[in-house]
Amino acid sequence: MERTSTGVPNEKMLMWAFIGSECMLFGSLIATYLAYRGRSIVGPYEEELLNIPFITVTTFVLLMSSLMMVLALSAVQRGDPRGSKLFLLLTALLGLVFLAGQVFEFNHFAHEGLGLGRNLFSGTFFLTTGFHGAHVTVGVIWLLTLWAMAMRGRLGPEKSLKVEVAGLYWHFVDVVWIVLFTVIYLMSGASGA
Amino acid sequence: MASEMAHGAEAGGLETAMTHGSHEEPHASSRTYIAIALVLGVLTALEVMVFYVEALSPVLVPILLVLSTAKFVLVVGFFMHLKYDTHILRGLFFGPLAIAVAIIVAMMALYGYFL
Amino acid sequence: MATAEAAAHSEGKAGGTYAGGLWSWITTVDHKRIGILYFLSGLFFFLVGGLEAMLIRLQLAVPENTVLSAEVFNQLFTMHGLTMVLFAVMPMAAGAFNYIVPLQIGARDVAFPRLNAFSYWLFLCGALLLNSSFFFGGAPSAGWFAYANLTSSQFSPGHGMDFYVLGLALAGAASIVAALNFIVTIINLRAPGLTFMRLPLFTWMTLVVSFLIILAFPPFTIGTIFLLFDRMFGTLFFEPSGGGDPVLWQHLFWIFGHPEVYILILPAFGIVSDVIPTFSRKPLFGYPVVVYSGILIAFLGFGVWAHHMFSVGLGPIANSAFSGLTMLIAIPTGVKMFNWIATMWGGSIRFRAPMLFSIGLVAMFTIGGLSGVMHASAPADLQQTDTYFVVAHLHYVLFGGTIFGLFAGIYYWFPKVTGRLLGERLATAHFWLLLIGMNLTFFPMHFAGLHGMPRRTFTYPAGLGFEGYNLASTVGAGITLLAMLLFLLNFVRSLRSEATAGANPWEASTLEWATSSPPPVHNFDVTPEVTSRDPLWYDGIALPAGEEEFHMPNPSYWPLVVAGGILMAAAGALVGLPVALLGAAVALAGIYGWSFEPIH
Repeated sequence: MERTSTGVPNEKMLMWAFIGSECMLFGSLIATYLAYRGRSIVGPYEEELLNIPFITVTTFVLLMSSLMMVLALSAVQRGDPRGSKLFLLLTALLGLVFLAGQVFEFNHFAHEGLGLGRNLFSGTFFLTTGFHGAHVTVGVIWLLTLWAMAMRGRLGPEKSLKVEVAGLYWHFVDVVWIVLFTVIYLMSGASGA
Repeated sequence: MASEMAHGAEAGGLETAMTHGSHEEPHASSRTYIAIALVLGVLTALEVMVFYVEALSPVLVPILLVLSTAKFVLVVGFFMHLKYDTHILRGLFFGPLAIAVAIIVAMMALYGYFL
Repeated sequence: MATAEAAAHSEGKAGGTYAGGLWSWITTVDHKRIGILYFLSGLFFFLVGGLEAMLIRLQLAVPENTVLSAEVFNQLFTMHGLTMVLFAVMPMAAGAFNYIVPLQIGARDVAFPRLNAFSYWLFLCGALLLNSSFFFGGAPSAGWFAYANLTSSQFSPGHGMDFYVLGLALAGAASIVAALNFIVTIINLRAPGLTFMRLPLFTWMTLVVSFLIILAFPPFTIGTIFLLFDRMFGTLFFEPSGGGDPVLWQHLFWIFGHPEVYILILPAFGIVSDVIPTFSRKPLFGYPVVVYSGILIAFLGFGVWAHHMFSVGLGPIANSAFSGLTMLIAIPTGVKMFNWIATMWGGSIRFRAPMLFSIGLVAMFTIGGLSGVMHASAPADLQQTDTYFVVAHLHYVLFGGTIFGLFAGIYYWFPKVTGRLLGERLATAHFWLLLIGMNLTFFPMHFAGLHGMPRRTFTYPAGLGFEGYNLASTVGAGITLLAMLLFLLNFVRSLRSEATAGANPWEASTLEWATSSPPPVHNFDVTPEVTSRDPLWYDGIALPAGEEEFHMPNPSYWPLVVAGGILMAAAGALVGLPVALLGAAVALAGIYGWSFEPIH
């Protein structure tokens, strides 16, 4: 039995402290994005490119992957191997769908003439969403590793803390997207006003 | 709940008298999770609707802030079960978050958003 | 990374001993050994940074001097700043965090021993990567603050700035990982009864500094990544011709840079807050106030960054706001000074080396603090900024404050780490020479600065009235060097002396003095229980006798593999994509090896 002064497992506390640090990382990216919004001096500009219906779909996919994640955790906790495998895989797959959407979006923008060094929008947009995408990628690898452990019968209820910590990370990545979706995509309608 | 593998206190065997497992958090049921996911979906749909309604464009930003904050709180509170966890974890998250938000707002002010 | 912390344990034996040999150091996950590694690395880079300072002072000793070219001078003052801040002071403080904090809280190790080893190796990789730039076409030369757009490919051709970005990215990541580890350790591994309001002040300040690190480094990391993309991929973040704003760099840098100076000073404050009560034989005066003022300093530290940018032209409203917040910080800082003085008041003071350096800190930091309040005022700052006045100020707080505090800690804990006391006579000589040397070096800089001598210029013409001040500074630097040589002599001689210090040579009150010197691998045979703030004075314990079952972590080479992979990936950014990919693969393999390392 693990004993800690607060009763909170060390791994879980580590993840929360790490998430606190990540708040500052994404905070800096968002602050830069906002500081530079509307300051590009050549096009293409954000309002010509951002595709709200498309990104709404991938946003919804990421939200649903969060749901799969909590279901995976409770399956692992109650010792349900079938549910564990299924929901872990679904979480990872939905994450992959989101990433595929991002690859498609980036390609589309590049095709429209928005190279990385084109203007201020391109730099801030690609780095901010790219950082988030990198976090999703790490999360997918992590989830697939857990899924592989589950497939080999090595993810019983006694290891639920591993899934819980991965879940915290995954939900945080989702939360960051909730903010980015609003700030980058939906509020682009307000920047011209 | 704590496993052999998850023996993070590699200073294991530390005889800390206080509070082991004194707060096994109550788990929301799968049904609650699905309900919350539904609410999240609806809020997202509302956000997108607001974006397209011409008449709401003067109040677009405040409405979006409220809606996305609600989504944020739901995910953090229930999916990450911060609502049921100890105040130390809440502090570890909301303290840094507050500083990050303050810095974003300060930077927006410095770059002329509120003039 | 958290699941990566699947722990490997081996059965610990009470009174277990360390394995010997180089391999045991490379694979160590023991907090005490990692602390020693951190400290010795920091001391080494302290000497490197000191050497760079000596060269700078030689060049400036007389007008129109030609010891160094302008280019080399720029590299030296840049590397002097970076080395001292990131590779000397921070690791020496980290050495103390590692060695002392687990002992002070009655734990057997940190929460994540392998992660701790990883932090050390990654820090070392970052330090070596940055310093290797001297051998690959020249070190960065745009100052430690590296203002855009001096750092763009156009104005900083060559790879110096790339080494800056990559080296600091590694060192920054290492600091964040270490800080996360200490946050969990201090919150979660406290001995029974050791509540937050009973923690020794050094542990408290370690906790505060750890929070500063995890919150201050990410904005800097983002800034350096923007810079990297500007230089390598043609983005326009700091490129005015494309609409970018070079001042954005200054914001991101100082959002990190200002908390960073508290990252440097607060460990010293923690040390002094432990030393002064011990040598006054009185509990710390106003303990809660010292704790809260430390927290307040840290918190306010995030709201004052633009006081480094008064001359940029942010406008009167921004300048006034940042001015006011900056002046507020003087309050909690001043409160601490009074607490230390009040602790000494009426105590039975013993002027041993740790106490001398602590009193030195109180005096010298006060001078630096006063000049700091002077340039908190924006109009005054416009006269002082970019002159030697600021150089004087920052060295009074960082040398007179941090370095004196660290030396207090070195003299204080040396017997705990080695079982031997440092020689007291050499220590006294060291203290006085250092005090005289530093004042002779830095006090004249106030005048040179107010007379208009600019910072960061490699020489100055005769006849402007700068000659006397500069010659005095150079002589002072020589005395400082002499003082350091005395310290090294003392260090080596004491290491060879007999281990007679005993568990608690200073009759101090905190838990690290309850166990033997040096402590056994597992620190405490039985975990102590604490019922007061000064357990060794009031609880009358020593350690409870008896036996207790515990596990100590296995040695592991995976932390080094992962750090090495990351170093290779970073170097790949300069050498070529295949190397970067290979490095990433090594790091990933290392993470898996680490995660699935078998349990014993």
